[in-house]
Amino acid sequence: MPTTPDGTPPGLIVPGYIRDHDTHPPLDHPGYKSTALRHPKRPLTLLPHTLTEITSPVLGQDRLGALDHDLTRQHEEEPQGQRIILHGQVRDSDGTPVPHTLVEIWQANAAGRYRHTADNWPAPLDPHFTGVGRVLTDADGRYRFVTIRPGAYPWKNHRNAWRPAHIHFSLFGRAFTQRLVTQMYFPDDPLFFQDPMWNSVPDPKARERMLARFDYDTTEPEWALAYRWDIVLRGREQTPFESDEEIMEDDE
Amino acid sequence: MSTHPTTPSQTVGPYLHIGLPWPDGPYAVAEGTPDAVWIRGTVYDGAGAVVTDALVETWQADPEGRFDHPDDPRGARPRPGFRGFGRCPTDAAGEYGILTLKPGSVPGPGGDQAPHIDVSVFGRGMLNRVVTRVYFPEEEAANAADPVLNSITDPDVRATLVARPAPDGYRFDVRLQGDGETAFFDI
Repeated sequence: MPTTPDGTPPGLIVPGYIRDHDTHPPLDHPGYKSTALRHPKRPLTLLPHTLTEITSPVLGQDRLGALDHDLTRQHEEEPQGQRIILHGQVRDSDGTPVPHTLVEIWQANAAGRYRHTADNWPAPLDPHFTGVGRVLTDADGRYRFVTIRPGAYPWKNHRNAWRPAHIHFSLFGRAFTQRLVTQMYFPDDPLFFQDPMWNSVPDPKARERMLARFDYDTTEPEWALAYRWDIVLRGREQTPFESDEEIMEDDE
Repeated sequence: MSTHPTTPSQTVGPYLHIGLPWPDGPYAVAEGTPDAVWIRGTVYDGAGAVVTDALVETWQADPEGRFDHPDDPRGARPRPGFRGFGRCPTDAAGEYGILTLKPGSVPGPGGDQAPHIDVSVFGRGMLNRVVTRVYFPEEEAANAADPVLNSITDPDVRATLVARPAPDGYRFDVRLQGDGETAFFDI
């Protein structure tokens, strides 16, 4: 077998994942006050993608409870609020579906309150809503939850600050570099203009990628509205060292 | 070729504790596993205050430097009882802990990498996770030859990536900003 220029066996040369600095918000975003003391001030050091970065935990059904995908059936009675089917496909930026990856969500209830000890804004807690869900994507990278539409809620970031309704999403992908935590928003929310998290994403087109779309085709008559939200994780770069020439020599 | 623009990152917010922690999250191996070590530490903000609403995730090779993953070109190799992944929220004192096995060195371009653990830190006020690495204090020779550690020229900054010995394993504090700011990576 040929070796690479630095002497590494070619079998250990691994593909990297495409960096995408134009999409993500900066760690320092003065409009979101909590970033002030929580962003590194020294420039980040470029980390080459090695075996540790191109692998990640392979999580399976053992992470899931039977009703983790349906947040309306986790208690004795149904939660208050508007039932929604929330579904979509997870792909990478090369367009390849990301199958069998864990998708975790958490959210406020219909009144905009989280079941969390630190959430003390005086909206009612719903005894029938935890606000936590988990699914694995299927072989085509698709996921589906049943939940209720969360409410907006006030917070103290700036004067009269309200968070647009949103659902937190956490995805593992298939590589440490693909790990993503984000928030899904609803279309036509009137609160985006004053929300520093939404506006922390510099590119308006990238912000729109955090928007679900209303999906009439998936609604269920007399039961639930539906939204579709597709998620795109980072894609792979070409393998760096193995040129066609080297592979042909190896074949000879 | 990249044809589909990616989804932006957003903060986990202050209420991540309802959704992200797992009861077994801190245990990459079960308690009582031979040679298991605790990696514990405190997360600090730029004012030196402890960060009580963060989440630390770790990912690493097994003690032989292997990954149970199809993209390891040497082949996935399961190691029963070892998940390679740890996840722990910080507590009221800003502290996290992961029980794991010390990884072996990992081969790669530019030579062997010293034993290391990749770390993600999520928290309110962080619009994207930050990423760092834990290296081990007793691996002086391997650390001196490690290409990632050596990509950091300032020895004081490099030192922030090396854990300290502790009675039951190691301590690895994370300073998000300011004096002793941890070295973070662009991945």
